[in-house]
Amino acid sequence: MRRTVFPHKLLPWLLVAPQLAITLIFFYWPAAQAFRQSLLKEDAFGLKTSFVGLANFRKVLADPAYLNALQVTVIFSAMVAFLAMAIALFLAVQAEKVVRGKSFYRTLMIWPYAVAPAIAGMLWLFMFNPSFGTLAWPLRQMGIRWNPLLNADHAMMLVVAAATWKQISYNFLFFVAGLQAIPRSLLEAAAIDGASRRHAFWTIVFPLLAPTTFFLLVVNTVYALFDTFGIIHAVTGGGPGKATETLVYKVYNDGFVNLIMGDSAAQSVILMVIVIALTAFQFRFIERRVHYG
Amino acid sequence: MAEASPLAPRGAGRMVAHFWMILGVIVVAFPVYYVFIASTHSTQTILRPPLPLLPGPEAAANYRDAFTGGISKIGGVSLWRLLANTTIVAMGIALGKIAISMASAYAIVFFRFPLRMACFWLIFITLMLPVEVRIQPTYKVMVDLGLIDTYPGLILPLIASATATLLFRQFFMTIPDELLEAARVDGAGPWRFFRDILWPLSLTNVAAIFVIQFIYGWTQYLWPLLVTNSNEMNTIVIALKKMISFADADTPWNLVMVTSVLAILPPILVVVLMQRWFVKGLVETEK
Amino acid sequence: MAGITLTDVRKSYAGNQVIHGISTRIADGEFVVIVGPSGCGKSTLLRMVAGLEAITAGTIEIGGKVVNDLEPRARDIAMVFQNYALYPHMSVRENMAYGLKIARMSRSEIESRVARAAEMLELQPYLDRKPRALSGGQRQRVAMGRALVREPAALLLDEPLSNLDAKLRVQMRLQIKEMHLRTGQTTLYVTHDQVEAMTLADRLIVMNKGVAEQIATPLEVYERPASEFVAGFIGSPAMNILAVDSEAGTVTLPGGTRLPLSGLPRAGALHFGIRPEHLRLAQPGEAAIPVVLRSVERLGADAFGYGMVEDTDMAMVLRLPGTSPAARGDHIGVVPDMAHLHFFDPETGRRIEA
Repeated sequence: MRRTVFPHKLLPWLLVAPQLAITLIFFYWPAAQAFRQSLLKEDAFGLKTSFVGLANFRKVLADPAYLNALQVTVIFSAMVAFLAMAIALFLAVQAEKVVRGKSFYRTLMIWPYAVAPAIAGMLWLFMFNPSFGTLAWPLRQMGIRWNPLLNADHAMMLVVAAATWKQISYNFLFFVAGLQAIPRSLLEAAAIDGASRRHAFWTIVFPLLAPTTFFLLVVNTVYALFDTFGIIHAVTGGGPGKATETLVYKVYNDGFVNLIMGDSAAQSVILMVIVIALTAFQFRFIERRVHYG
Repeated sequence: MAEASPLAPRGAGRMVAHFWMILGVIVVAFPVYYVFIASTHSTQTILRPPLPLLPGPEAAANYRDAFTGGISKIGGVSLWRLLANTTIVAMGIALGKIAISMASAYAIVFFRFPLRMACFWLIFITLMLPVEVRIQPTYKVMVDLGLIDTYPGLILPLIASATATLLFRQFFMTIPDELLEAARVDGAGPWRFFRDILWPLSLTNVAAIFVIQFIYGWTQYLWPLLVTNSNEMNTIVIALKKMISFADADTPWNLVMVTSVLAILPPILVVVLMQRWFVKGLVETEK
Repeated sequence: MAGITLTDVRKSYAGNQVIHGISTRIADGEFVVIVGPSGCGKSTLLRMVAGLEAITAGTIEIGGKVVNDLEPRARDIAMVFQNYALYPHMSVRENMAYGLKIARMSRSEIESRVARAAEMLELQPYLDRKPRALSGGQRQRVAMGRALVREPAALLLDEPLSNLDAKLRVQMRLQIKEMHLRTGQTTLYVTHDQVEAMTLADRLIVMNKGVAEQIATPLEVYERPASEFVAGFIGSPAMNILAVDSEAGTVTLPGGTRLPLSGLPRAGALHFGIRPEHLRLAQPGEAAIPVVLRSVERLGADAFGYGMVEDTDMAMVLRLPGTSPAARGDHIGVVPDMAHLHFFDPETGRRIEA
């Protein structure tokens, strides 16, 4: 709480006005509309709407296609979050061990952060394109019938690889920062206590990294849920079949391609609930550093 | 940090660490390198795997062709136009976010007014409403406001950001009370205090947020996909996606690769050249 | 330059009164020190004069003009903060010139004023440095300079020396005194340090719990403290206070010394005060207060004997010559100097004239 402030009364309102206006028009109003629509049903010609209560939700949650999307999302997110964090942690630990060239490695490591998800997907598709991908070629030479455009597992592997690749740089930077924040004296004490490097890592470093790990877990989950839309849209279009159709992709597909408004709105509301739950979860456990006031 | 951690191995162990780092860097940087290599070869070479690992002889020809109309033939819009659109959107989002979130953080930290905390929470809760969860109704608002296929349509819905506001608020709260008091005794009002004292002290934070938000703007996908119908308004990422999805035997892959490189290069340059602020912005915004 | 008049100034936070009506007139050119323990409201009072805190009731006038509702900048004051509050991104020169620039003073006038202040404060070699490249003492001088260049009606200082080490503090104290003599600037100075207060002030405002216990010259405060609080706060070591009884105008001290004091208004319990420097050792056979010494602190020129009045739980400190042979465990008799006796009402703590 500040002791001193400016005494003006009107000026602060003018200062928050732009952000408030944009927030209200582009955030609250649409969110409210999504809630409203999720309770309505449009007839086949889009002429009449009627209130149907929770029917849309019941329909969505009973829809095998939706449950499939849910399953795809869980598998996809878990794999991306785990791989992106594990690889980044491993590399961050290696980076801590080297003396020279740290900043050189870091510079090369952060590129993918700047690459748009959709382009990341296209790059991987290009490398693994069944007909002319340079990296698909050796697979085919080895007799693997590699085809991410037709094989559901291959498609999933490809989008997971692209999504993981893009997220490694972000996780790497956080793990490096987290490792550097661990007090040197603790590691020195462990070394004097005779702990082996491996033992010291699992008993001291890893537990002390827990806040970073936990934070990244939430961030990576949100990333896998939402930001990977571009990868899936650009690489597989949810296919083959519906093998890579995630929840967000399905909202988009039902709302803009298939034009089923009530369903799409109900799905939006479910997604909002998921985000709110994740955010609340995050605050409950790690955001104690944020001070309100 | 020049000094290694106390647990750092010596000799062979350190070599092993270098080995893993080099391997990691290769995996991480390879796709970007690969597309750059591809952009220097002819379509025939690209379509006949494996691709050479060194730049080819077609670099000059490919890039010249791409900039002088080759891209227009595939997407209907010149490469210049795509780059201009993307730059306008990315800059608009980055600068717009900085402007409006600084203004609102300034109001919330340095003034007392009715409903101040209500305003803070209204902004704060938007953290939980990413565009993906409210695509359809947001799209409808854009239609109603006539913002489809316009720059404001591409920019405005993305410039209200709780993250930037929170970061500025956090930073403003570290400014000692006495500094504001000294400025007030010296005769500075809200505008002068902001211009002469707060802004100069905020510069590193502004740079950090700029990098993050420029990349955020440049890499947008879902939103530009929705609010642009006309190819004229495409960002380079969307244009690239369209080129690939309509791919057929005649697709000039060499030009697609040039477009990819140009879609990747500006944000990578920003990240690498402004690395210090980027890392600070990332690690501090999110914590 | 001008005087400052406070009339029944009060301050409440959410209905909780922290300044309970303070009135005084500070003359043009006077150096007034507000002194008191931490939390007594002295900084709040200063900040109210500066315009950084709203005034709940009463009026504050600067130069004959009521300033209650004026912004700090409209009050014609300058202020030095405890942590200096220098603008970290501006050079020393820019720091000092900032207020003048806002006041749209001509460039040549700004330059000559900054040059003059820099000379007075010996800051010329540092004018182009940033605050972080300065030592604590130099920063303090820049903060002084920033206030002085304004040539304000009143100069306000909020514990300006408390972040300096002891040696530097003495040096700066002398410099501030000298500067005041040169500029004749009306000054209001807040401190918790009684030595600063006694040495700098033309007049003291001794505050306790939001009340001005006494407003007087340093000597008066020392000679005739208006309350037991002031008696204990000013003077080091603090004044001895003994609980005594008065009967028919005579006070009997422990050990049987009788003080015939016609002026004492009433019979009953009283608090008797005597400073350590106003006690001496008794001659053989003289009526005296019996004291057992528990320790003797030797400071060189002086020594202080700390003891208890025999058969009581009342502590007693006295000043002894540096060479005094007194030692722990000694039973001694002490005699008060009759010219320096103080009496206080045990209920209200106010002074009673004998």
